[in-house]
Amino acid sequence: MKRETVIKVDNLTKRFGSFTAVDSISFEVGRGEIFGFLGANGAGKTTAMRILCGLSIPTSGNATVAGFDIATQSEQVKRNIGYMSQKFSLYDDLNVWENIRLFAGIYGMEARDIATKTDVLLQKLNFESERNTLIKALPLGWKQKLAFSVAIFHNPKIVFLDEPTGGVDPATRRQFWEMIYEAAESGITIFVTTHYMDEAEYCNRVSIMVDGHIAALDSPNNLKQQFEVDTMNEVFQHLVSNAKRGE
Amino acid sequence: MHSIKIDNISKQYDNVEALKGVSLTINQGELFGIIGADGAGKTTLFRILTTLILADSGTATLNGFDVVNDYKAIRSSIGYMPGQFSLYQDMSVAENLKFFASIFGTTIEANYSFIEPIYKQIEPFKTRRAGKLSGGMKQKLALCCALIHKPTILFLDEPTTGVDPVSRKEFWEMLQQLKTQGITIVVSTPYMDEATLCDRIALIRAGSFLQTDTPQRIIEQYPNRLWAVSGTPMFRLLNVLRAMPEAASCYAFGDVHHFAIHGDTLTIEALQHRLAALSFEAIKITPITATIEDCFMALDKLS
Repeated sequence: MKRETVIKVDNLTKRFGSFTAVDSISFEVGRGEIFGFLGANGAGKTTAMRILCGLSIPTSGNATVAGFDIATQSEQVKRNIGYMSQKFSLYDDLNVWENIRLFAGIYGMEARDIATKTDVLLQKLNFESERNTLIKALPLGWKQKLAFSVAIFHNPKIVFLDEPTGGVDPATRRQFWEMIYEAAESGITIFVTTHYMDEAEYCNRVSIMVDGHIAALDSPNNLKQQFEVDTMNEVFQHLVSNAKRGE
Repeated sequence: MHSIKIDNISKQYDNVEALKGVSLTINQGELFGIIGADGAGKTTLFRILTTLILADSGTATLNGFDVVNDYKAIRSSIGYMPGQFSLYQDMSVAENLKFFASIFGTTIEANYSFIEPIYKQIEPFKTRRAGKLSGGMKQKLALCCALIHKPTILFLDEPTTGVDPVSRKEFWEMLQQLKTQGITIVVSTPYMDEATLCDRIALIRAGSFLQTDTPQRIIEQYPNRLWAVSGTPMFRLLNVLRAMPEAASCYAFGDVHHFAIHGDTLTIEALQHRLAALSFEAIKITPITATIEDCFMALDKLS
Protein backbone atom coordinates (compact mmCIF):
# COMPACT_ATOMS: atom_id res chain seq x y z
CA MET A 1 0.00 0.00 0.00
CA LYS A 2 1.43 3.33 -1.04
CA ARG A 3 1.31 5.91 1.74
CA GLU A 4 0.02 9.39 1.13
CA THR A 5 3.01 11.76 0.73
CA VAL A 6 3.14 14.48 3.38
CA ILE A 7 6.64 15.87 2.82
CA LYS A 8 8.02 16.23 -0.68
CA VAL A 9 11.47 17.76 -1.14
CA ASP A 10 12.85 18.41 -4.58
CA ASN A 11 16.43 19.59 -5.19
CA LEU A 12 16.32 21.81 -2.14
CA THR A 13 19.38 24.04 -1.79
CA LYS A 14 20.37 26.72 0.70
CA ARG A 15 23.45 28.91 0.35
CA PHE A 16 24.82 31.39 2.85
CA GLY A 17 27.20 33.53 0.78
CA SER A 18 29.64 31.12 -0.83
CA PHE A 19 28.77 28.33 1.61
CA THR A 20 26.27 25.72 0.46
CA ALA A 21 24.67 24.46 3.67
CA VAL A 22 22.11 22.24 1.95
CA ASP A 23 23.11 20.97 -1.45
CA SER A 24 20.23 19.84 -3.66
CA ILE A 25 18.52 17.30 -1.45
CA SER A 26 15.43 15.35 -2.55
CA PHE A 27 13.23 12.92 -0.64
CA GLU A 28 9.63 12.10 0.26
CA VAL A 29 8.07 11.13 3.58
CA GLY A 30 4.77 9.25 3.85
CA ARG A 31 1.87 9.71 6.25
CA GLY A 32 2.45 8.04 9.64
CA GLU A 33 6.07 7.35 8.84
CA ILE A 34 8.85 7.74 11.43
CA PHE A 35 11.59 9.40 9.41
CA GLY A 36 15.06 9.72 10.99
CA PHE A 37 17.07 12.70 9.79
CA LEU A 38 20.67 12.03 10.81
CA GLY A 39 24.04 13.56 10.09
CA ALA A 40 27.21 14.90 11.65
CA ASN A 41 27.24 18.29 13.41
CA GLY A 42 27.30 20.88 10.64
CA ALA A 43 26.07 18.56 7.88
CA GLY A 44 23.09 20.85 7.18
CA LYS A 45 20.31 19.13 9.16
CA THR A 46 19.18 22.19 11.10
CA THR A 47 19.16 24.38 8.00
CA ALA A 48 17.06 21.82 6.11
CA MET A 49 14.69 21.42 9.03
CA ARG A 50 14.22 25.19 9.36
CA ILE A 51 13.26 25.37 5.70
CA LEU A 52 10.73 22.52 6.08
CA CYS A 53 9.20 24.30 9.09
CA GLY A 54 8.68 27.46 7.00
CA LEU A 55 11.27 29.46 8.95
CA SER A 56 13.81 29.91 6.18
CA ILE A 57 13.45 30.32 2.40
CA PRO A 58 15.51 28.00 0.18
CA THR A 59 17.95 29.46 -2.36
CA SER A 60 16.58 27.05 -4.96
CA GLY A 61 14.50 23.92 -5.22
CA ASN A 62 10.99 23.18 -3.92
CA ALA A 63 9.34 21.50 -1.01
CA THR A 64 5.79 20.89 0.10
CA VAL A 65 4.92 20.06 3.69
CA ALA A 66 1.41 18.87 4.53
CA GLY A 67 0.47 19.81 0.98
CA PHE A 68 1.62 23.44 1.24
CA ASP A 69 4.53 25.09 -0.52
CA ILE A 70 7.19 26.06 2.02
CA ALA A 71 8.21 29.18 0.09
CA THR A 72 4.81 30.66 -0.76
CA GLN A 73 2.53 29.17 1.93
CA SER A 74 4.78 29.13 4.98
CA GLU A 75 1.97 30.27 7.33
CA GLN A 76 -0.21 27.28 6.33
CA VAL A 77 2.83 25.03 6.77
CA LYS A 78 3.37 26.31 10.31
CA ARG A 79 -0.27 25.69 11.23
CA ASN A 80 -0.07 22.07 10.13
CA ILE A 81 3.12 21.04 11.87
CA GLY A 82 4.31 20.63 15.43
CA TYR A 83 7.85 21.25 16.67
CA MET A 84 9.79 20.16 19.71
CA SER A 85 13.47 20.27 20.63
CA GLN A 86 15.41 19.33 23.72
CA LYS A 87 16.91 22.82 23.87
CA PHE A 88 13.61 24.66 23.88
CA SER A 89 10.11 23.33 24.29
CA LEU A 90 8.05 24.77 27.14
CA TYR A 91 8.17 27.97 29.20
CA ASP A 92 9.72 27.24 32.60
CA ASP A 93 7.90 30.02 34.44
CA LEU A 94 4.43 29.18 33.15
CA ASN A 95 2.51 26.29 34.65
CA VAL A 96 1.34 23.16 32.85
CA TRP A 97 -2.03 24.34 31.60
CA GLU A 98 -0.74 27.84 30.75
CA ASN A 99 1.85 26.27 28.46
CA ILE A 100 -0.79 24.10 26.80
CA ARG A 101 -3.11 27.09 26.32
CA LEU A 102 -0.32 29.31 24.99
CA PHE A 103 0.90 26.86 22.36
CA ALA A 104 -2.59 25.69 21.36
CA GLY A 105 -3.57 29.36 20.95
CA ILE A 106 -0.52 30.06 18.80
CA TYR A 107 -1.50 27.14 16.59
CA GLY A 108 -4.95 28.72 16.18
CA MET A 109 -7.12 26.41 18.27
CA GLU A 110 -10.43 27.68 19.71
CA ALA A 111 -10.51 28.40 23.46
CA ARG A 112 -13.36 25.91 23.98
CA ASP A 113 -11.50 23.10 22.20
CA ILE A 114 -8.37 23.89 24.18
CA ALA A 115 -10.20 23.57 27.50
CA THR A 116 -11.84 20.22 26.75
CA LYS A 117 -8.76 18.75 25.10
CA THR A 118 -6.55 19.87 28.01
CA ASP A 119 -8.69 17.82 30.40
CA VAL A 120 -8.44 14.76 28.16
CA LEU A 121 -4.68 15.14 27.80
CA LEU A 122 -3.96 15.64 31.50
CA GLN A 123 -6.09 12.63 32.31
CA LYS A 124 -4.33 10.48 29.75
CA LEU A 125 -0.89 11.50 31.03
CA ASN A 126 -2.00 11.06 34.64
CA PHE A 127 -1.04 14.67 35.12
CA GLU A 128 -4.23 16.17 36.57
CA SER A 129 -2.61 16.93 39.93
CA GLU A 130 0.14 18.90 38.15
CA ARG A 131 -2.22 21.20 36.21
CA ASN A 132 -1.02 24.27 38.14
CA THR A 133 2.61 23.20 38.62
CA LEU A 134 5.32 25.40 37.10
CA ILE A 135 7.24 23.65 34.35
CA LYS A 136 10.56 24.29 36.06
CA ALA A 137 9.41 22.20 39.02
CA LEU A 138 8.75 19.12 36.88
CA PRO A 139 11.29 16.31 36.44
CA LEU A 140 12.93 16.29 33.01
CA GLY A 141 11.15 13.13 31.88
CA TRP A 142 7.71 14.64 32.60
CA LYS A 143 8.65 17.88 30.89
CA GLN A 144 9.57 15.92 27.83
CA LYS A 145 6.34 13.94 27.76
CA LEU A 146 4.39 17.14 28.14
CA ALA A 147 6.44 18.97 25.51
CA PHE A 148 5.73 16.21 23.00
CA SER A 149 2.04 16.18 23.89
CA VAL A 150 1.91 19.96 23.43
CA ALA A 151 3.67 19.68 20.06
CA ILE A 152 0.94 17.34 18.78
CA PHE A 153 -1.94 18.93 20.72
CA HIS A 154 -3.37 20.75 17.69
CA ASN A 155 -3.33 17.46 15.78
CA PRO A 156 -0.70 18.42 13.20
CA LYS A 157 -0.02 16.26 10.15
CA ILE A 158 3.70 16.26 10.92
CA VAL A 159 5.76 16.76 14.05
CA PHE A 160 9.41 17.81 13.84
CA LEU A 161 11.53 16.57 16.73
CA ASP A 162 15.02 18.09 16.98
CA GLU A 163 17.15 15.89 19.25
CA PRO A 164 14.19 15.32 21.56
CA THR A 165 15.94 12.84 23.88
CA GLY A 166 19.27 14.54 24.59
CA GLY A 167 20.39 14.21 28.20
CA VAL A 168 17.53 12.07 29.56
CA ASP A 169 17.94 8.79 31.40
CA PRO A 170 17.67 5.50 29.49
CA ALA A 171 14.21 4.49 30.70
CA THR A 172 12.71 7.94 29.98
CA ARG A 173 14.30 7.94 26.53
CA ARG A 174 12.55 4.67 25.75
CA GLN A 175 9.20 5.79 27.16
CA PHE A 176 9.49 8.82 24.92
CA TRP A 177 9.92 6.59 21.87
CA GLU A 178 6.83 4.64 22.87
CA MET A 179 4.91 7.92 22.68
CA ILE A 180 6.38 8.52 19.25
CA TYR A 181 5.18 5.08 18.08
CA GLU A 182 1.71 5.77 19.38
CA ALA A 183 1.55 9.13 17.59
CA ALA A 184 2.77 7.53 14.35
CA GLU A 185 0.11 4.84 14.62
CA SER A 186 -2.53 7.55 14.88
CA GLY A 187 -1.32 8.88 11.53
CA ILE A 188 1.01 11.70 12.59
CA THR A 189 4.21 11.77 10.58
CA ILE A 190 7.36 11.94 12.70
CA PHE A 191 10.47 13.75 11.43
CA VAL A 192 13.20 13.25 14.01
CA THR A 193 16.90 14.03 14.48
CA THR A 194 19.02 12.22 17.06
CA HIS A 195 22.61 11.45 17.98
CA TYR A 196 21.63 8.14 19.57
CA MET A 197 22.22 5.49 16.94
CA ASP A 198 20.00 2.93 18.68
CA GLU A 199 17.14 5.37 18.11
CA ALA A 200 17.91 5.38 14.40
CA GLU A 201 16.84 1.71 14.45
CA TYR A 202 13.36 2.73 15.64
CA CYS A 203 12.72 4.74 12.47
CA ASN A 204 10.92 3.34 9.42
CA ARG A 205 13.48 5.05 7.21
CA VAL A 206 16.63 7.02 7.92
CA SER A 207 18.50 9.59 5.87
CA ILE A 208 22.10 10.43 6.67
CA MET A 209 23.39 13.85 5.64
CA VAL A 210 27.07 14.43 4.92
CA ASP A 211 28.41 17.84 3.83
CA GLY A 212 25.00 19.13 2.70
CA HIS A 213 24.08 16.01 0.69
CA ILE A 214 21.95 13.03 1.57
CA ALA A 215 24.58 10.29 1.53
CA ALA A 216 22.16 7.44 2.26
CA LEU A 217 18.40 6.98 2.64
CA ASP A 218 16.68 3.68 3.34
CA SER A 219 15.24 1.52 6.10
CA PRO A 220 17.74 0.69 8.88
CA ASN A 221 17.78 -2.97 7.78
CA ASN A 222 18.52 -2.15 4.16
CA LEU A 223 21.26 0.31 5.17
CA LYS A 224 22.91 -2.29 7.38
CA GLN A 225 22.76 -4.83 4.55
CA GLN A 226 24.07 -2.33 2.04
CA PHE A 227 27.13 -1.52 4.17
CA GLU A 228 27.45 -5.12 5.44
CA VAL A 229 27.44 -4.14 9.11
CA ASP A 230 25.35 -5.05 12.17
CA THR A 231 24.41 -1.67 13.64
CA MET A 232 23.31 1.79 12.53
CA ASN A 233 26.29 3.17 14.46
CA GLU A 234 28.63 1.40 12.03
CA VAL A 235 26.62 2.69 9.04
CA PHE A 236 26.93 6.22 10.45
CA GLN A 237 30.65 5.92 11.24
CA HIS A 238 31.27 4.57 7.74
CA LEU A 239 29.47 7.42 5.96
CA VAL A 240 30.36 10.33 8.20
CA SER A 241 34.05 9.66 8.87
CA ASN A 242 34.74 10.81 5.31
CA ALA A 243 32.94 14.13 5.84
CA LYS A 244 34.98 17.19 4.95
CA ARG A 245 33.38 19.94 6.90
CA GLY A 246 33.07 20.45 10.65
CA GLU A 247 30.28 22.13 12.54
CA MET B 1 47.33 6.57 45.47
CA HIS B 2 44.17 8.63 45.87
CA SER B 3 43.80 11.63 43.65
CA ILE B 4 40.31 12.62 44.81
CA LYS B 5 38.50 11.65 47.98
CA ILE B 6 34.86 12.65 48.38
CA ASP B 7 33.21 12.00 51.72
CA ASN B 8 29.46 12.31 52.23
CA ILE B 9 28.93 15.47 50.18
CA SER B 10 25.44 17.01 50.14
CA LYS B 11 24.13 20.09 48.38
CA GLN B 12 20.66 21.57 48.28
CA TYR B 13 19.27 24.38 46.10
CA ASP B 14 16.00 25.80 47.41
CA ASN B 15 13.88 22.68 47.64
CA VAL B 16 15.97 20.49 45.31
CA GLU B 17 18.45 18.06 46.84
CA ALA B 18 21.14 18.11 44.13
CA LEU B 19 23.53 15.77 45.98
CA LYS B 20 22.46 13.43 48.77
CA GLY B 21 25.57 12.43 50.67
CA VAL B 22 27.82 11.03 47.94
CA SER B 23 31.18 9.40 48.68
CA LEU B 24 33.82 8.35 46.19
CA THR B 25 37.54 7.78 45.82
CA ILE B 26 39.30 8.31 42.51
CA ASN B 27 42.82 6.98 42.00
CA GLN B 28 45.71 8.82 40.45
CA GLY B 29 45.91 8.36 36.69
CA GLU B 30 42.39 6.98 36.50
CA LEU B 31 39.94 7.84 33.71
CA PHE B 32 36.78 8.08 35.77
CA GLY B 33 33.27 8.55 34.37
CA ILE B 34 30.30 10.12 36.18
CA ILE B 35 27.36 8.85 34.17
CA GLY B 36 23.77 10.01 34.42
CA ALA B 37 20.98 12.12 32.93
CA ASP B 38 20.51 15.90 33.07
CA GLY B 39 19.64 17.02 36.57
CA ALA B 40 21.24 14.00 38.27
CA GLY B 41 23.84 16.17 40.07
CA LYS B 42 26.90 15.79 37.83
CA THR B 43 27.61 19.50 37.37
CA THR B 44 26.99 20.29 41.05
CA LEU B 45 29.58 17.70 42.01
CA PHE B 46 32.07 19.13 39.51
CA ARG B 47 31.52 22.67 40.76
CA ILE B 48 32.14 21.59 44.36
CA LEU B 49 35.30 19.69 43.44
CA THR B 50 36.65 22.59 41.37
CA THR B 51 36.07 24.90 44.41
CA LEU B 52 33.49 27.06 42.61
CA ILE B 53 30.67 26.39 45.09
CA LEU B 54 30.56 25.07 48.63
CA ALA B 55 28.93 21.85 49.74
CA ASP B 56 26.29 22.10 52.48
CA SER B 57 27.96 19.22 54.31
CA GLY B 58 30.67 16.62 53.78
CA THR B 59 34.30 17.01 52.75
CA ALA B 60 36.43 16.48 49.68
CA THR B 61 40.17 16.51 49.07
CA LEU B 62 42.09 16.70 45.81
CA ASN B 63 45.75 15.63 45.91
CA GLY B 64 45.36 15.84 49.69
CA PHE B 65 44.14 19.47 49.60
CA ASP B 66 40.78 20.35 51.12
CA VAL B 67 38.26 21.94 48.73
CA VAL B 68 37.37 24.62 51.31
CA ASN B 69 40.60 25.45 53.15
CA ASP B 70 43.10 24.85 50.37
CA TYR B 71 41.10 26.11 47.40
CA LYS B 72 44.01 28.15 46.04
CA ALA B 73 46.34 25.16 45.90
CA ILE B 74 43.59 23.15 44.21
CA ARG B 75 42.83 25.78 41.58
CA SER B 76 46.42 25.85 40.37
CA SER B 77 46.67 22.09 40.05
CA ILE B 78 43.41 21.22 38.28
CA GLY B 79 41.99 21.84 34.83
CA TYR B 80 38.26 22.34 34.28
CA MET B 81 36.32 22.31 31.05
CA PRO B 82 32.71 23.29 31.81
CA GLY B 83 29.78 22.06 29.76
CA GLN B 84 29.17 25.49 28.23
CA PHE B 85 31.85 26.83 25.87
CA SER B 86 33.47 29.47 28.04
CA LEU B 87 36.45 30.85 26.19
CA TYR B 88 36.69 34.40 24.87
CA GLN B 89 34.85 34.37 21.53
CA ASP B 90 36.41 37.60 20.31
CA MET B 91 39.99 36.56 21.03
CA SER B 92 41.93 34.35 18.63
CA VAL B 93 42.89 30.75 19.28
CA ALA B 94 46.46 31.73 20.21
CA GLU B 95 45.29 34.67 22.36
CA ASN B 96 42.94 32.47 24.38
CA LEU B 97 45.65 29.95 25.01
CA LYS B 98 48.20 32.62 25.94
CA PHE B 99 45.67 34.26 28.28
CA PHE B 100 44.96 31.04 30.17
CA ALA B 101 48.67 30.25 30.38
CA SER B 102 49.39 33.69 31.87
CA ILE B 103 46.57 33.39 34.44
CA PHE B 104 48.31 30.29 35.74
CA GLY B 105 51.69 32.02 35.64
CA THR B 106 53.10 29.91 32.87
CA THR B 107 53.70 30.13 29.12
CA ILE B 108 52.56 28.16 26.11
CA GLU B 109 56.19 27.28 25.38
CA ALA B 110 56.84 25.84 28.87
CA ASN B 111 54.10 23.22 28.57
CA TYR B 112 53.83 22.93 24.81
CA SER B 113 54.76 19.26 24.69
CA PHE B 114 51.86 18.45 27.04
CA ILE B 115 49.18 19.92 24.77
CA GLU B 116 50.98 19.34 21.47
CA PRO B 117 48.99 16.31 20.20
CA ILE B 118 45.73 18.27 20.55
CA TYR B 119 46.97 21.78 19.80
CA LYS B 120 48.66 20.88 16.56
CA GLN B 121 45.22 19.99 15.15
CA ILE B 122 44.02 23.59 15.63
CA GLU B 123 47.35 25.40 15.21
CA PRO B 124 46.69 26.09 11.49
CA PHE B 125 43.76 28.29 12.70
CA LYS B 126 45.60 30.03 15.53
CA THR B 127 44.77 33.53 14.26
CA ARG B 128 41.04 32.75 13.92
CA ARG B 129 38.65 34.11 16.55
CA ALA B 130 37.42 31.42 18.93
CA GLY B 131 33.79 32.36 18.17
CA LYS B 132 34.32 31.48 14.50
CA LEU B 133 35.60 27.96 15.11
CA SER B 134 33.59 24.82 14.35
CA GLY B 135 32.19 22.86 17.29
CA GLY B 136 34.93 20.26 17.18
CA MET B 137 37.69 22.86 17.05
CA LYS B 138 36.17 24.89 19.88
CA GLN B 139 36.24 21.77 21.98
CA LYS B 140 39.91 21.11 21.19
CA LEU B 141 40.81 24.70 22.07
CA ALA B 142 38.87 24.51 25.34
CA LEU B 143 40.71 21.31 26.18
CA CYS B 144 44.09 22.95 25.43
CA CYS B 145 43.18 25.92 27.64
CA ALA B 146 42.21 23.55 30.46
CA LEU B 147 45.55 21.74 30.12
CA ILE B 148 48.00 24.59 29.49
CA HIS B 149 49.15 24.79 33.14
CA LYS B 150 49.80 21.03 33.19
CA PRO B 151 47.18 20.12 35.80
CA THR B 152 47.34 16.81 37.65
CA ILE B 153 43.56 16.41 37.57
CA LEU B 154 41.31 17.29 34.63
CA PHE B 155 37.53 17.77 34.98
CA LEU B 156 35.45 17.54 31.81
CA ASP B 157 31.76 18.29 32.27
CA GLU B 158 29.74 16.67 29.48
CA PRO B 159 32.31 17.26 26.73
CA THR B 160 30.39 15.12 24.23
CA THR B 161 26.76 16.17 24.79
CA GLY B 162 25.05 16.99 21.50
CA VAL B 163 28.12 15.86 19.57
CA ASP B 164 27.69 13.40 16.70
CA PRO B 165 28.95 9.81 17.11
CA VAL B 166 32.02 10.26 14.90
CA SER B 167 33.26 13.35 16.79
CA ARG B 168 32.49 11.66 20.10
CA LYS B 169 34.71 8.74 19.13
CA GLU B 170 37.55 11.13 18.23
CA PHE B 171 37.20 12.96 21.54
CA TRP B 172 37.50 9.74 23.53
CA GLU B 173 40.59 8.79 21.54
CA MET B 174 42.11 12.12 22.65
CA LEU B 175 41.30 11.29 26.29
CA GLN B 176 42.94 7.87 26.01
CA GLN B 177 46.05 9.58 24.68
CA LEU B 178 46.03 12.15 27.52
CA LYS B 179 45.71 9.37 30.06
CA THR B 180 49.09 8.00 29.02
CA GLN B 181 50.61 11.21 30.43
CA GLY B 182 49.55 10.15 33.95
CA ILE B 183 46.86 12.80 34.48
CA THR B 184 43.70 11.89 36.43
CA ILE B 185 40.64 12.54 34.26
CA VAL B 186 37.10 12.90 35.62
CA VAL B 187 34.52 13.09 32.86
CA SER B 188 30.75 13.31 33.03
CA THR B 189 28.42 12.13 30.28
CA PRO B 190 24.78 11.28 29.67
CA TYR B 191 25.81 8.71 27.00
CA MET B 192 25.85 5.27 28.59
CA ASP B 193 27.82 3.77 25.69
CA GLU B 194 30.82 5.88 26.77
CA ALA B 195 30.95 4.04 30.12
CA THR B 196 33.03 1.19 28.75
CA LEU B 197 35.73 3.67 27.68
CA CYS B 198 36.38 4.58 31.36
CA ASP B 199 38.53 2.70 33.89
CA ARG B 200 35.80 3.04 36.51
CA ILE B 201 32.41 4.72 36.56
CA ALA B 202 29.84 6.02 39.00
CA LEU B 203 26.22 5.77 37.84
CA ILE B 204 24.44 8.81 39.26
CA ARG B 205 20.70 9.39 39.58
CA ALA B 206 18.79 12.05 41.50
CA GLY B 207 21.80 13.09 43.58
CA SER B 208 22.93 9.59 44.59
CA PHE B 209 25.35 7.06 43.16
CA LEU B 210 23.53 3.90 42.10
CA GLN B 211 26.81 2.01 41.78
CA THR B 212 30.54 2.68 41.51
CA ASP B 213 32.83 0.11 39.93
CA THR B 214 34.57 -0.89 36.72
CA PRO B 215 32.13 -1.14 33.79
CA GLN B 216 32.97 -4.84 33.51
CA ARG B 217 32.10 -5.60 37.14
CA ILE B 218 28.87 -3.59 36.95
CA ILE B 219 27.87 -5.65 33.92
CA GLU B 220 28.80 -8.91 35.69
CA GLN B 221 26.51 -7.98 38.60
CA TYR B 222 23.46 -7.53 36.37
CA PRO B 223 20.76 -9.42 38.30
CA ASN B 224 18.59 -11.02 35.58
CA ARG B 225 18.84 -13.31 32.61
CA LEU B 226 18.69 -11.17 29.47
CA TRP B 227 17.54 -12.09 25.97
CA ALA B 228 17.45 -10.07 22.78
CA VAL B 229 14.04 -10.70 21.21
CA SER B 230 12.81 -9.58 17.83
CA GLY B 231 9.70 -10.40 15.81
CA THR B 232 6.98 -8.75 13.74
CA PRO B 233 5.25 -6.51 14.76
CA MET B 234 7.92 -5.11 17.10
CA PHE B 235 5.84 -2.60 19.03
CA ARG B 236 3.16 -5.12 20.01
CA LEU B 237 5.94 -7.57 20.92
CA LEU B 238 7.29 -5.04 23.43
CA ASN B 239 3.98 -4.86 25.28
CA VAL B 240 3.40 -8.62 25.13
CA LEU B 241 6.85 -9.38 26.59
CA ARG B 242 6.44 -6.76 29.28
CA ALA B 243 3.13 -8.33 30.40
CA MET B 244 4.62 -11.84 30.81
CA PRO B 245 4.75 -13.12 34.42
CA GLU B 246 8.51 -13.87 34.16
CA ALA B 247 9.31 -10.34 32.89
CA ALA B 248 11.60 -8.22 35.08
CA SER B 249 11.57 -5.55 32.39
CA CYS B 250 11.50 -5.13 28.63
CA TYR B 251 12.93 -2.20 26.70
CA ALA B 252 13.58 -1.46 23.04
CA PHE B 253 17.29 -1.48 22.14
CA GLY B 254 17.72 -0.57 18.51
CA ASP B 255 16.37 -3.38 16.34
CA VAL B 256 15.76 -5.82 19.23
CA HIS B 257 13.99 -5.76 22.59
CA HIS B 258 16.02 -6.53 25.71
CA PHE B 259 13.83 -8.87 27.72
CA ALA B 260 15.00 -9.31 31.34
CA ILE B 261 13.71 -12.47 32.99
CA HIS B 262 13.13 -13.30 36.66
CA GLY B 263 14.12 -16.79 37.78
CA ASP B 264 15.24 -19.65 35.53
CA THR B 265 12.02 -21.45 34.61
CA LEU B 266 11.33 -19.80 31.25
CA THR B 267 13.26 -21.35 28.34
CA ILE B 268 13.93 -19.90 24.90
CA GLU B 269 11.88 -22.73 23.33
CA ALA B 270 8.92 -22.01 25.60
CA LEU B 271 9.00 -18.29 24.76
CA GLN B 272 9.33 -19.11 21.06
CA HIS B 273 6.16 -21.24 21.25
CA ARG B 274 4.28 -18.65 23.25
CA LEU B 275 5.08 -15.88 20.77
CA ALA B 276 4.29 -18.08 17.76
CA ALA B 277 0.89 -18.88 19.32
CA LEU B 278 0.27 -15.13 19.52
CA SER B 279 0.92 -14.97 15.76
CA PHE B 280 4.21 -13.09 15.85
CA GLU B 281 6.40 -13.73 12.82
CA ALA B 282 10.16 -13.89 12.24
CA ILE B 283 10.74 -14.50 15.95
CA LYS B 284 14.38 -14.48 17.04
CA ILE B 285 15.57 -14.97 20.63
CA THR B 286 19.24 -14.80 21.66
CA PRO B 287 20.80 -14.74 25.16
CA ILE B 288 22.96 -11.64 25.53
CA THR B 289 25.24 -9.85 27.99
CA ALA B 290 23.82 -6.71 29.60
CA THR B 291 24.99 -3.27 28.51
CA ILE B 292 25.57 -0.41 30.96
CA GLU B 293 22.13 0.96 29.96
CA ASP B 294 20.50 -2.34 31.03
CA CYS B 295 22.39 -2.13 34.34
CA PHE B 296 21.42 1.50 34.87
CA MET B 297 17.75 0.75 34.30
CA ALA B 298 17.83 -2.31 36.58
CA LEU B 299 19.54 -0.31 39.37
CA ASP B 300 17.17 2.59 38.79
CA LYS B 301 14.21 0.27 39.33
CA LEU B 302 15.64 -1.01 42.61
CA SER B 303 16.28 2.44 44.03
